[in-house]
Amino acid sequence: MTVMSKNPAAAPAVQSGGKGAISIRNVTKIYDPGGVNVVAVDNCSLEIAPGEICMIVGPSGCGKTTLLNAIAGFHSITSGTIHLDGELLCGPDKPKAEQGADRIVVFQNGALFPWKTIRDNVAYGPIVQGRLSPVEARGKADHMLAEAGLHDVGDKYPGEVSSGMARRAEIVRALINDPRVLLLDEPYRAMDALTKSIMHEALLEMYDRTKVTIFFITHDLEESIFLGDRVVVMTTRPAQVKKIVDVRIPRPRNYKVLSSNEFRVLFAEAKDAVHEEAIKAFEAGERELA
Amino acid sequence: MAVASPSRSTFGGFRSSLGGALTNPTFWRGIVALIGFALFWELCSRSKQMFGVQVPWIGMVPPPSDVLGAWAKVVTEPGYWQSWYLSLNRVLAGFIAAQIVGIPFGLALAVNRYFRDIFFPPFEILRPIPPLAWVPASLIFWPTNEMSIAFVTFLGAFFTVVINVLGGARTINVQYLRAAQSMGASQWDLFWKIILPGTMPSIFTGAAVGMGITWEVVVAAEMISGGGTRKGGGLGFFIWNSYMGGSLEQIVVGMISIGIAGYLCSSAIRYLGFAAMPWRRLF
Repeated sequence: MTVMSKNPAAAPAVQSGGKGAISIRNVTKIYDPGGVNVVAVDNCSLEIAPGEICMIVGPSGCGKTTLLNAIAGFHSITSGTIHLDGELLCGPDKPKAEQGADRIVVFQNGALFPWKTIRDNVAYGPIVQGRLSPVEARGKADHMLAEAGLHDVGDKYPGEVSSGMARRAEIVRALINDPRVLLLDEPYRAMDALTKSIMHEALLEMYDRTKVTIFFITHDLEESIFLGDRVVVMTTRPAQVKKIVDVRIPRPRNYKVLSSNEFRVLFAEAKDAVHEEAIKAFEAGERELA
Repeated sequence: MAVASPSRSTFGGFRSSLGGALTNPTFWRGIVALIGFALFWELCSRSKQMFGVQVPWIGMVPPPSDVLGAWAKVVTEPGYWQSWYLSLNRVLAGFIAAQIVGIPFGLALAVNRYFRDIFFPPFEILRPIPPLAWVPASLIFWPTNEMSIAFVTFLGAFFTVVINVLGGARTINVQYLRAAQSMGASQWDLFWKIILPGTMPSIFTGAAVGMGITWEVVVAAEMISGGGTRKGGGLGFFIWNSYMGGSLEQIVVGMISIGIAGYLCSSAIRYLGFAAMPWRRLF
Protein backbone atom coordinates (compact mmCIF):
# COMPACT_ATOMS: atom_id res chain seq x y z
CA MET A 1 0.00 0.00 0.00
CA THR A 2 1.38 3.41 -0.92
CA VAL A 3 0.60 5.69 1.98
CA MET A 4 1.35 8.98 0.39
CA SER A 5 2.43 10.64 3.58
CA LYS A 6 5.71 8.84 3.11
CA ASN A 7 6.09 10.01 -0.44
CA PRO A 8 3.48 12.66 -0.90
CA ALA A 9 4.33 14.80 -3.87
CA ALA A 10 4.56 12.74 -6.99
CA ALA A 11 2.45 15.27 -8.81
CA PRO A 12 3.01 14.85 -12.50
CA ALA A 13 4.19 17.71 -14.64
CA VAL A 14 0.90 18.07 -16.44
CA GLN A 15 -0.36 20.70 -18.84
CA SER A 16 0.42 23.47 -16.46
CA GLY A 17 -1.76 26.55 -16.77
CA GLY A 18 0.00 27.68 -13.63
CA LYS A 19 -2.97 27.55 -11.31
CA GLY A 20 -4.95 24.94 -9.50
CA ALA A 21 -2.21 23.00 -7.66
CA ILE A 22 -3.75 21.14 -4.74
CA SER A 23 -1.58 19.89 -1.95
CA ILE A 24 -3.19 17.54 0.54
CA ARG A 25 -0.82 16.71 3.37
CA ASN A 26 -1.43 14.24 6.18
CA VAL A 27 -5.15 14.99 6.25
CA THR A 28 -7.24 13.14 8.79
CA LYS A 29 -10.97 13.52 9.25
CA ILE A 30 -12.75 11.97 12.19
CA TYR A 31 -16.53 12.19 12.39
CA ASP A 32 -18.18 11.91 15.74
CA PRO A 33 -21.75 10.77 15.25
CA GLY A 34 -23.24 10.26 18.72
CA GLY A 35 -19.86 10.05 20.39
CA VAL A 36 -18.65 7.18 18.19
CA ASN A 37 -15.48 8.23 16.41
CA VAL A 38 -15.45 7.29 12.75
CA VAL A 39 -12.18 7.84 10.96
CA ALA A 40 -13.16 8.74 7.40
CA VAL A 41 -9.76 9.87 6.14
CA ASP A 42 -6.53 8.81 7.80
CA ASN A 43 -3.28 10.67 7.29
CA CYS A 44 -3.88 11.05 3.59
CA SER A 45 -1.51 12.96 1.34
CA LEU A 46 -1.76 13.74 -2.33
CA GLU A 47 -0.29 16.34 -4.64
CA ILE A 48 -2.26 17.41 -7.69
CA ALA A 49 -0.54 19.44 -10.37
CA PRO A 50 -2.05 22.52 -12.01
CA GLY A 51 -4.19 21.51 -14.95
CA GLU A 52 -4.24 17.85 -13.96
CA ILE A 53 -7.31 15.67 -14.24
CA CYS A 54 -6.98 13.61 -11.10
CA MET A 55 -9.42 10.74 -10.88
CA ILE A 56 -10.22 9.39 -7.43
CA VAL A 57 -11.61 5.86 -7.23
CA GLY A 58 -12.30 3.64 -4.26
CA PRO A 59 -14.99 1.66 -2.50
CA SER A 60 -18.26 3.33 -1.54
CA GLY A 61 -18.05 5.19 1.75
CA CYS A 62 -14.25 5.16 1.77
CA GLY A 63 -13.93 8.89 2.33
CA LYS A 64 -13.49 10.23 -1.21
CA THR A 65 -16.32 12.72 -0.88
CA THR A 66 -15.10 13.73 2.57
CA LEU A 67 -11.85 14.81 0.94
CA LEU A 68 -13.73 16.70 -1.76
CA ASN A 69 -15.92 18.39 0.85
CA ALA A 70 -12.83 19.48 2.74
CA ILE A 71 -11.31 21.07 -0.38
CA ALA A 72 -14.63 22.75 -1.21
CA GLY A 73 -15.01 24.10 2.32
CA PHE A 74 -18.18 22.16 3.12
CA HIS A 75 -16.57 20.15 5.95
CA SER A 76 -13.71 20.71 8.37
CA ILE A 77 -10.68 18.45 8.71
CA THR A 78 -9.38 17.06 11.99
CA SER A 79 -5.67 17.40 11.22
CA GLY A 80 -3.28 17.98 8.35
CA THR A 81 -3.30 20.75 5.75
CA ILE A 82 -4.75 21.45 2.33
CA HIS A 83 -3.17 24.13 0.15
CA LEU A 84 -4.31 25.54 -3.16
CA ASP A 85 -1.52 27.13 -5.20
CA GLY A 86 0.49 27.45 -2.02
CA GLU A 87 -2.28 29.25 -0.11
CA LEU A 88 -3.56 27.47 2.96
CA LEU A 89 -7.18 26.40 2.53
CA CYS A 90 -7.45 24.56 5.83
CA GLY A 91 -5.08 23.43 8.52
CA PRO A 92 -4.59 23.26 12.27
CA ASP A 93 -5.68 26.85 12.95
CA LYS A 94 -8.41 26.89 10.33
CA PRO A 95 -10.02 23.44 10.14
CA LYS A 96 -12.63 24.46 7.58
CA ALA A 97 -11.75 26.11 4.28
CA GLU A 98 -13.74 29.13 3.19
CA GLN A 99 -16.03 28.38 0.29
CA GLY A 100 -15.07 30.22 -2.83
CA ALA A 101 -15.71 30.48 -6.54
CA ASP A 102 -12.14 29.27 -7.18
CA ARG A 103 -13.28 25.73 -6.26
CA ILE A 104 -16.63 24.82 -7.76
CA VAL A 105 -18.35 21.53 -7.11
CA VAL A 106 -20.48 19.63 -9.60
CA PHE A 107 -22.64 17.28 -7.59
CA GLN A 108 -23.67 13.69 -8.12
CA ASN A 109 -27.38 14.42 -8.49
CA GLY A 110 -27.07 17.75 -10.20
CA ALA A 111 -27.64 21.07 -8.50
CA LEU A 112 -28.87 23.39 -11.23
CA PHE A 113 -31.46 25.64 -9.61
CA PRO A 114 -34.78 24.35 -10.97
CA TRP A 115 -36.40 27.81 -10.73
CA LYS A 116 -33.86 29.49 -12.99
CA THR A 117 -33.47 29.01 -16.72
CA ILE A 118 -30.28 27.34 -17.89
CA ARG A 119 -28.96 30.76 -18.97
CA ASP A 120 -29.69 32.32 -15.57
CA ASN A 121 -28.17 29.33 -13.82
CA VAL A 122 -24.95 29.78 -15.76
CA ALA A 123 -24.96 33.55 -15.26
CA TYR A 124 -25.61 33.22 -11.51
CA GLY A 125 -22.00 33.18 -10.28
CA PRO A 126 -20.68 36.29 -12.07
CA ILE A 127 -23.84 38.20 -11.09
CA VAL A 128 -23.73 37.40 -7.36
CA GLN A 129 -19.99 38.01 -7.29
CA GLY A 130 -20.62 41.41 -8.91
CA ARG A 131 -18.04 40.63 -11.59
CA LEU A 132 -20.44 41.19 -14.48
CA SER A 133 -23.72 43.01 -14.93
CA PRO A 134 -26.73 40.72 -15.44
CA VAL A 135 -26.79 41.56 -19.16
CA GLU A 136 -23.08 40.85 -19.59
CA ALA A 137 -23.30 37.67 -17.53
CA ARG A 138 -26.22 36.35 -19.58
CA GLY A 139 -24.37 37.18 -22.79
CA LYS A 140 -21.30 35.32 -21.59
CA ALA A 141 -23.50 32.44 -20.45
CA ASP A 142 -25.03 32.16 -23.94
CA HIS A 143 -21.58 32.24 -25.50
CA MET A 144 -20.20 29.52 -23.20
CA LEU A 145 -23.30 27.37 -23.58
CA ALA A 146 -22.95 27.57 -27.35
CA GLU A 147 -19.26 26.62 -27.07
CA ALA A 148 -20.31 23.57 -25.10
CA GLY A 149 -22.77 22.59 -27.81
CA LEU A 150 -25.81 23.81 -25.87
CA HIS A 151 -27.15 26.25 -28.42
CA ASP A 152 -30.87 26.42 -27.81
CA VAL A 153 -31.33 25.57 -24.19
CA GLY A 154 -30.69 28.97 -22.55
CA ASP A 155 -34.39 29.73 -22.17
CA LYS A 156 -35.31 26.32 -20.85
CA TYR A 157 -35.59 25.29 -17.22
CA PRO A 158 -33.42 22.40 -15.99
CA GLY A 159 -36.51 20.18 -15.75
CA GLU A 160 -37.09 20.65 -19.47
CA VAL A 161 -33.76 19.29 -20.70
CA SER A 162 -32.17 15.84 -20.59
CA SER A 163 -29.92 14.89 -17.70
CA GLY A 164 -26.92 14.93 -20.03
CA MET A 165 -27.62 18.50 -21.12
CA ALA A 166 -28.27 19.56 -17.55
CA ARG A 167 -24.97 18.09 -16.43
CA ARG A 168 -23.08 19.78 -19.23
CA ALA A 169 -24.78 23.08 -18.38
CA GLU A 170 -23.76 22.60 -14.77
CA ILE A 171 -20.13 22.24 -15.77
CA VAL A 172 -20.46 25.40 -17.87
CA ARG A 173 -21.98 27.11 -14.81
CA ALA A 174 -18.86 26.12 -12.90
CA LEU A 175 -16.43 27.16 -15.64
CA ILE A 176 -17.93 30.63 -16.13
CA ASN A 177 -16.50 31.48 -12.71
CA ASP A 178 -13.02 30.76 -14.03
CA PRO A 179 -12.29 28.41 -11.12
CA ARG A 180 -8.85 27.15 -10.27
CA VAL A 181 -10.27 23.70 -9.51
CA LEU A 182 -13.34 21.81 -10.62
CA LEU A 183 -14.50 19.30 -8.03
CA LEU A 184 -16.67 16.65 -9.68
CA ASP A 185 -18.45 14.17 -7.42
CA GLU A 186 -19.54 11.25 -9.62
CA PRO A 187 -21.31 13.59 -12.01
CA TYR A 188 -22.17 10.90 -14.55
CA ARG A 189 -23.10 8.14 -12.14
CA ALA A 190 -26.72 7.66 -13.12
CA MET A 191 -26.18 7.89 -16.88
CA ASP A 192 -26.34 5.14 -19.44
CA ALA A 193 -23.12 4.17 -21.21
CA LEU A 194 -23.99 5.99 -24.44
CA THR A 195 -24.80 9.30 -22.77
CA LYS A 196 -21.74 8.89 -20.58
CA SER A 197 -19.45 8.58 -23.59
CA ILE A 198 -20.90 11.81 -25.05
CA MET A 199 -20.47 13.51 -21.69
CA HIS A 200 -16.85 12.38 -21.48
CA GLU A 201 -16.02 13.86 -24.86
CA ALA A 202 -17.84 17.08 -23.97
CA LEU A 203 -15.90 17.34 -20.71
CA LEU A 204 -12.59 16.75 -22.48
CA GLU A 205 -13.47 19.43 -25.03
CA MET A 206 -14.18 21.88 -22.21
CA TYR A 207 -11.00 20.81 -20.46
CA ASP A 208 -8.92 21.33 -23.59
CA ARG A 209 -10.21 24.91 -23.76
CA THR A 210 -9.73 25.76 -20.08
CA LYS A 211 -7.05 23.42 -18.76
CA VAL A 212 -8.63 23.71 -15.34
CA THR A 213 -7.49 21.33 -12.62
CA ILE A 214 -10.12 18.62 -12.13
CA PHE A 215 -10.60 16.53 -8.99
CA PHE A 216 -12.99 13.85 -10.21
CA ILE A 217 -14.55 11.18 -7.98
CA THR A 218 -15.89 8.12 -9.74
CA HIS A 219 -16.58 4.41 -9.40
CA ASP A 220 -16.15 3.82 -13.09
CA LEU A 221 -12.63 2.60 -13.87
CA GLU A 222 -13.01 2.93 -17.61
CA GLU A 223 -14.11 6.54 -17.14
CA SER A 224 -11.22 7.21 -14.79
CA ILE A 225 -8.57 6.01 -17.23
CA PHE A 226 -10.18 7.58 -20.27
CA LEU A 227 -10.41 11.02 -18.66
CA GLY A 228 -7.58 11.14 -16.14
CA ASP A 229 -3.92 12.02 -16.07
CA ARG A 230 -3.68 9.92 -12.95
CA VAL A 231 -6.02 7.48 -11.27
CA VAL A 232 -5.73 7.56 -7.50
CA VAL A 233 -7.06 4.37 -5.94
CA MET A 234 -8.18 4.90 -2.34
CA THR A 235 -8.30 2.26 0.35
CA THR A 236 -11.49 1.26 2.07
CA ARG A 237 -12.35 3.54 5.01
CA PRO A 238 -10.38 5.24 6.44
CA ALA A 239 -9.22 6.67 3.15
CA GLN A 240 -5.57 6.58 2.26
CA VAL A 241 -3.94 6.49 -1.14
CA LYS A 242 -3.42 2.86 -2.07
CA LYS A 243 -2.07 3.18 -5.56
CA ILE A 244 -1.57 5.80 -8.23
CA VAL A 245 -1.87 4.77 -11.85
CA ASP A 246 -0.21 7.18 -14.27
CA VAL A 247 -2.18 7.42 -17.47
CA ARG A 248 0.28 8.37 -20.17
CA ILE A 249 -2.16 8.15 -23.05
CA PRO A 250 -1.64 11.32 -25.09
CA ARG A 251 -4.32 13.98 -25.44
CA PRO A 252 -6.56 14.77 -27.15
CA ARG A 253 -8.13 11.39 -26.55
CA ASN A 254 -11.06 9.82 -28.28
CA TYR A 255 -12.94 6.60 -27.80
CA LYS A 256 -10.52 4.58 -29.91
CA VAL A 257 -8.11 4.53 -26.96
CA LEU A 258 -10.55 2.29 -25.10
CA SER A 259 -9.60 -0.61 -27.31
CA SER A 260 -5.86 0.06 -27.20
CA ASN A 261 -3.46 -2.30 -25.51
CA GLU A 262 -2.13 0.48 -23.30
CA PHE A 263 -5.62 1.17 -22.01
CA ARG A 264 -6.21 -2.48 -21.21
CA VAL A 265 -2.94 -2.72 -19.26
CA LEU A 266 -3.78 0.39 -17.21
CA PHE A 267 -7.31 -0.86 -16.64
CA ALA A 268 -6.05 -4.20 -15.34
CA GLU A 269 -3.56 -2.45 -13.07
CA ALA A 270 -6.21 -0.21 -11.54
CA LYS A 271 -8.76 -3.00 -11.42
CA ASP A 272 -6.50 -5.20 -9.27
CA ALA A 273 -6.05 -2.44 -6.72
CA VAL A 274 -9.73 -1.53 -6.64
CA HIS A 275 -10.84 -5.14 -6.44
CA GLU A 276 -8.63 -5.80 -3.44
CA GLU A 277 -10.17 -2.82 -1.63
CA ALA A 278 -13.68 -3.78 -2.70
CA ILE A 279 -13.24 -7.17 -1.03
CA LYS A 280 -11.97 -5.50 2.14
CA ALA A 281 -14.91 -3.09 2.11
CA PHE A 282 -17.35 -5.96 1.60
CA GLU A 283 -15.85 -7.98 4.46
CA ALA A 284 -15.81 -4.92 6.71
CA GLY A 285 -19.48 -4.37 5.90
CA GLU A 286 -20.27 -7.98 6.78
CA ARG A 287 -18.43 -7.61 10.09
CA GLU A 288 -20.44 -4.49 10.89
CA LEU A 289 -23.66 -6.33 10.17
CA ALA A 290 -22.65 -9.44 12.12
CA MET B 1 -32.38 15.39 -25.57
CA ALA B 2 -34.71 18.25 -24.79
CA VAL B 3 -38.23 17.35 -23.94
CA ALA B 4 -41.12 19.33 -25.34
CA SER B 5 -41.19 22.75 -23.83
CA PRO B 6 -44.48 24.04 -22.47
CA SER B 7 -45.60 27.52 -23.43
CA ARG B 8 -43.28 30.11 -21.94
CA SER B 9 -46.00 32.72 -21.53
CA THR B 10 -47.98 31.96 -18.43
CA PHE B 11 -51.09 33.83 -19.39
CA GLY B 12 -50.81 32.64 -22.96
CA GLY B 13 -50.70 29.17 -21.49
CA PHE B 14 -53.72 29.99 -19.33
CA ARG B 15 -55.72 31.21 -22.35
CA SER B 16 -54.80 28.24 -24.43
CA SER B 17 -55.66 25.94 -21.53
CA LEU B 18 -59.13 27.50 -21.35
CA GLY B 19 -59.52 27.22 -25.10
CA GLY B 20 -58.21 23.69 -25.06
CA ALA B 21 -60.63 22.62 -22.32
CA LEU B 22 -63.46 22.14 -24.80
CA THR B 23 -61.43 19.61 -26.75
CA ASN B 24 -59.96 17.99 -23.68
CA PRO B 25 -61.47 14.57 -22.82
CA THR B 26 -60.72 15.13 -19.13
CA PHE B 27 -62.94 18.22 -19.14
CA TRP B 28 -65.82 16.30 -20.72
CA ARG B 29 -65.38 13.35 -18.38
CA GLY B 30 -65.76 15.85 -15.51
CA ILE B 31 -68.95 17.26 -17.04
CA VAL B 32 -70.40 13.77 -17.56
CA ALA B 33 -69.51 12.85 -13.97
CA LEU B 34 -71.31 15.93 -12.63
CA ILE B 35 -74.40 15.23 -14.72
CA GLY B 36 -74.31 11.57 -13.66
CA PHE B 37 -74.04 12.57 -10.02
CA ALA B 38 -76.99 14.99 -10.34
CA LEU B 39 -79.11 12.31 -12.03
CA PHE B 40 -78.27 9.77 -9.34
CA TRP B 41 -79.13 12.31 -6.65
CA GLU B 42 -82.42 13.21 -8.40
CA LEU B 43 -83.45 9.54 -8.64
CA CYS B 44 -82.54 8.79 -5.02
CA SER B 45 -84.29 11.90 -3.72
CA ARG B 46 -87.44 11.02 -5.67
CA SER B 47 -87.18 7.28 -4.94
CA LYS B 48 -90.26 7.19 -2.72
CA GLN B 49 -92.31 9.17 -5.23
CA MET B 50 -91.10 7.14 -8.23
CA PHE B 51 -90.52 3.64 -6.85
CA GLY B 52 -92.43 3.69 -3.56
CA VAL B 53 -89.26 2.98 -1.55
CA GLN B 54 -87.16 5.71 0.01
CA VAL B 55 -83.39 5.35 -0.36
CA PRO B 56 -81.88 5.85 3.12
CA TRP B 57 -80.23 9.20 3.89
CA ILE B 58 -80.09 10.67 0.40
CA GLY B 59 -83.84 10.06 -0.01
CA MET B 60 -84.38 12.79 2.58
CA VAL B 61 -82.33 15.38 0.69
CA PRO B 62 -84.26 17.65 -1.67
CA PRO B 63 -83.67 16.72 -5.32
CA PRO B 64 -81.38 18.90 -7.44
CA SER B 65 -84.33 20.11 -9.53
CA ASP B 66 -85.92 21.59 -6.38
CA VAL B 67 -82.58 22.98 -5.28
CA LEU B 68 -82.15 24.64 -8.67
CA GLY B 69 -85.65 26.10 -8.32
CA ALA B 70 -84.79 27.53 -4.90
CA TRP B 71 -81.52 28.80 -6.30
CA ALA B 72 -83.27 30.57 -9.16
CA LYS B 73 -85.30 32.43 -6.56
CA VAL B 74 -82.43 33.44 -4.28
CA VAL B 75 -80.11 34.63 -7.04
CA THR B 76 -82.49 37.53 -7.63
CA GLU B 77 -82.25 38.54 -3.97
CA PRO B 78 -79.44 40.99 -3.10
CA GLY B 79 -79.08 39.34 0.33
CA TYR B 80 -77.80 36.13 -1.26
CA TRP B 81 -75.06 37.97 -3.11
CA GLN B 82 -74.34 40.02 0.00
CA SER B 83 -73.70 36.70 1.78
CA TRP B 84 -71.23 35.69 -0.94
CA TYR B 85 -69.53 39.05 -0.72
CA LEU B 86 -69.24 38.99 3.07
CA SER B 87 -67.93 35.45 3.31
CA LEU B 88 -65.50 36.00 0.48
CA ASN B 89 -64.32 39.20 2.10
CA ARG B 90 -63.73 37.48 5.42
CA VAL B 91 -61.99 34.53 3.81
CA LEU B 92 -59.69 36.75 1.78
CA ALA B 93 -58.93 39.03 4.73
CA GLY B 94 -58.04 36.09 6.97
CA PHE B 95 -56.22 34.25 4.21
CA ILE B 96 -54.13 37.23 3.06
CA ALA B 97 -53.28 38.17 6.65
CA ALA B 98 -52.20 34.58 7.27
CA GLN B 99 -49.90 34.70 4.22
CA ILE B 100 -48.45 38.09 5.16
CA VAL B 101 -47.67 36.99 8.71
CA GLY B 102 -47.19 33.26 8.16
CA ILE B 103 -44.71 33.24 5.25
CA PRO B 104 -42.08 35.51 6.86
CA PHE B 105 -42.65 33.80 10.22
CA GLY B 106 -42.17 30.34 8.69
CA LEU B 107 -39.06 31.48 6.79
CA ALA B 108 -37.62 33.07 9.92
CA LEU B 109 -38.20 29.81 11.82
CA ALA B 110 -36.43 27.95 9.03
CA VAL B 111 -33.35 30.11 8.64
CA ASN B 112 -32.66 31.37 12.15
CA ARG B 113 -31.90 28.85 14.85
CA TYR B 114 -32.35 31.31 17.73
CA PHE B 115 -35.70 32.50 16.36
CA ARG B 116 -36.77 28.87 16.05
CA ASP B 117 -35.62 28.02 19.58
CA ILE B 118 -37.68 30.88 20.99
CA PHE B 119 -40.85 30.83 18.90
CA PHE B 120 -41.31 27.25 17.80
CA PRO B 121 -42.27 25.77 21.21
CA PRO B 122 -45.19 28.19 21.84
CA PHE B 123 -46.21 27.83 18.20
CA GLU B 124 -46.33 24.06 18.55
CA ILE B 125 -48.48 24.32 21.69
CA LEU B 126 -50.94 26.69 20.02
CA ARG B 127 -51.06 24.78 16.72
CA PRO B 128 -53.16 21.78 17.79
CA ILE B 129 -55.93 24.03 19.15
CA PRO B 130 -58.73 23.86 16.55
CA PRO B 131 -59.54 27.30 15.10
CA LEU B 132 -63.14 26.97 16.25
CA ALA B 133 -62.00 26.54 19.85
CA TRP B 134 -60.75 30.11 19.56
CA VAL B 135 -64.24 31.46 18.77
CA PRO B 136 -65.49 32.10 22.32
CA ALA B 137 -62.21 33.70 23.40
CA SER B 138 -62.14 35.79 20.22
CA LEU B 139 -65.70 37.01 20.79
CA ILE B 140 -64.63 38.21 24.23
CA PHE B 141 -61.25 39.53 23.21
CA TRP B 142 -62.07 41.44 20.03
CA PRO B 143 -64.40 44.46 20.18
CA THR B 144 -66.59 43.40 17.23
CA ASN B 145 -67.93 40.12 15.90
CA GLU B 146 -66.45 40.98 12.52
CA MET B 147 -62.96 41.18 13.99
CA SER B 148 -63.52 37.94 15.88
CA ILE B 149 -64.47 36.12 12.68
CA ALA B 150 -61.49 37.63 10.84
CA PHE B 151 -59.14 36.55 13.62
CA VAL B 152 -60.43 32.98 13.73
CA THR B 153 -60.29 32.79 9.94
CA PHE B 154 -56.71 34.05 10.06
CA LEU B 155 -55.78 31.36 12.59
CA GLY B 156 -57.35 28.70 10.38
CA ALA B 157 -54.83 29.38 7.64
CA PHE B 158 -51.90 30.68 9.70
CA PHE B 159 -50.70 27.44 11.28
CA THR B 160 -50.94 25.50 8.01
CA VAL B 161 -49.07 28.23 6.15
CA VAL B 162 -46.27 28.35 8.71
CA ILE B 163 -45.82 24.59 8.88
CA ASN B 164 -45.67 24.30 5.10
CA VAL B 165 -43.23 27.18 4.70
CA LEU B 166 -41.04 25.87 7.50
CA GLY B 167 -41.06 22.34 6.09
CA GLY B 168 -40.38 23.59 2.56
CA ALA B 169 -37.51 25.86 3.55
CA ARG B 170 -35.91 23.22 5.78
CA THR B 171 -35.98 20.56 3.07
CA ILE B 172 -34.38 22.59 0.29
CA ASN B 173 -31.74 20.44 -1.32
CA VAL B 174 -28.56 21.31 0.58
CA GLN B 175 -26.63 21.05 -2.70
CA TYR B 176 -28.45 24.14 -4.01
CA LEU B 177 -27.25 26.06 -0.97
CA ARG B 178 -23.72 24.72 -1.30
CA ALA B 179 -23.60 25.43 -5.02
CA ALA B 180 -24.80 29.00 -4.46
CA GLN B 181 -22.36 29.57 -1.61
CA SER B 182 -19.44 28.19 -3.57
CA MET B 183 -20.31 30.60 -6.40
CA GLY B 184 -20.06 33.49 -3.97
CA ALA B 185 -23.67 34.07 -2.91
CA SER B 186 -24.09 36.34 0.11
CA GLN B 187 -26.60 35.54 2.85
CA TRP B 188 -28.95 38.02 1.19
CA ASP B 189 -28.63 36.29 -2.20
CA LEU B 190 -29.02 32.93 -0.54
CA PHE B 191 -32.29 33.98 1.05
CA TRP B 192 -33.87 35.79 -1.91
CA LYS B 193 -32.54 33.70 -4.78
CA ILE B 194 -32.32 30.22 -3.30
CA ILE B 195 -34.36 29.76 -0.13
CA LEU B 196 -37.40 31.81 -1.20
CA PRO B 197 -37.85 30.32 -4.69
CA GLY B 198 -36.96 26.89 -3.31
CA THR B 199 -39.76 27.26 -0.75
CA MET B 200 -42.27 28.54 -3.29
CA PRO B 201 -43.90 25.15 -3.99
CA SER B 202 -44.48 24.67 -0.26
CA ILE B 203 -45.83 28.22 0.03
CA PHE B 204 -48.46 27.42 -2.59
CA THR B 205 -49.24 24.04 -1.06
CA GLY B 206 -49.76 25.81 2.26
CA ALA B 207 -51.92 28.42 0.54
CA ALA B 208 -54.10 25.79 -1.13
CA VAL B 209 -54.63 23.84 2.10
CA GLY B 210 -55.01 27.06 4.11
CA MET B 211 -57.67 28.33 1.73
CA GLY B 212 -59.76 25.19 2.31
CA ILE B 213 -59.44 25.53 6.07
CA THR B 214 -60.31 29.22 5.88
CA TRP B 215 -63.64 28.40 4.23
CA GLU B 216 -64.39 25.72 6.82
CA VAL B 217 -63.63 28.13 9.61
CA VAL B 218 -65.44 31.18 8.27
CA VAL B 219 -68.68 29.31 7.73
CA ALA B 220 -68.63 27.81 11.21
CA ALA B 221 -67.61 31.13 12.77
CA GLU B 222 -70.49 32.88 11.00
CA MET B 223 -72.92 30.33 12.33
CA ILE B 224 -71.58 30.49 15.89
CA SER B 225 -71.26 34.25 16.06
CA GLY B 226 -74.71 34.77 14.64
CA GLY B 227 -73.57 36.07 11.31
CA GLY B 228 -71.12 38.73 12.22
CA THR B 229 -72.35 42.26 12.49
CA ARG B 230 -75.11 44.49 11.31
CA LYS B 231 -73.47 44.29 7.89
CA GLY B 232 -75.00 40.86 7.37
CA GLY B 233 -74.44 37.17 7.70
CA GLY B 234 -72.34 35.57 5.01
CA LEU B 235 -72.91 32.13 3.53
CA GLY B 236 -72.56 30.38 6.89
CA PHE B 237 -75.31 32.48 8.34
CA PHE B 238 -77.32 32.05 5.11
CA ILE B 239 -77.33 28.28 5.76
CA TRP B 240 -78.12 28.76 9.42
CA ASN B 241 -80.97 31.11 8.57
CA SER B 242 -82.32 28.62 6.02
CA TYR B 243 -82.22 25.93 8.69
CA MET B 244 -84.08 28.15 11.14
CA GLY B 245 -86.64 28.91 8.39
CA GLY B 246 -86.98 25.22 7.60
CA SER B 247 -85.95 25.53 3.95
CA LEU B 248 -84.05 22.39 3.16
CA GLU B 249 -83.57 23.43 -0.49
CA GLN B 250 -82.01 26.71 0.56
CA ILE B 251 -79.64 24.91 2.93
CA VAL B 252 -78.36 22.89 -0.01
CA VAL B 253 -78.13 26.07 -2.12
CA GLY B 254 -75.92 27.57 0.60
CA MET B 255 -73.78 24.44 0.77
CA ILE B 256 -73.24 24.26 -2.98
CA SER B 257 -72.51 28.00 -3.03
CA ILE B 258 -69.70 27.43 -0.53
CA GLY B 259 -68.42 24.56 -2.66
CA ILE B 260 -68.34 26.78 -5.73
CA ALA B 261 -66.74 29.67 -3.84
CA GLY B 262 -64.08 27.34 -2.45
CA TYR B 263 -63.44 25.91 -5.91
CA LEU B 264 -63.04 29.40 -7.39
CA CYS B 265 -60.60 30.38 -4.63
CA SER B 266 -58.57 27.18 -5.12
CA SER B 267 -58.49 27.80 -8.88
CA ALA B 268 -57.21 31.32 -8.28
CA ILE B 269 -54.39 29.90 -6.14
CA ARG B 270 -53.58 27.31 -8.81
CA TYR B 271 -53.23 29.98 -11.48
CA LEU B 272 -51.23 32.24 -9.19
CA GLY B 273 -48.94 29.29 -8.54
CA PHE B 274 -48.71 28.68 -12.26
CA ALA B 275 -47.69 32.31 -12.82
CA ALA B 276 -45.22 32.41 -9.93
CA MET B 277 -43.57 29.06 -10.69
CA PRO B 278 -43.26 28.64 -14.45
CA TRP B 279 -40.71 25.87 -13.87
CA ARG B 280 -43.38 23.70 -12.34
CA ARG B 281 -46.42 22.32 -14.06
CA LEU B 282 -47.93 20.69 -11.02
CA PHE B 283 -51.52 21.75 -10.76
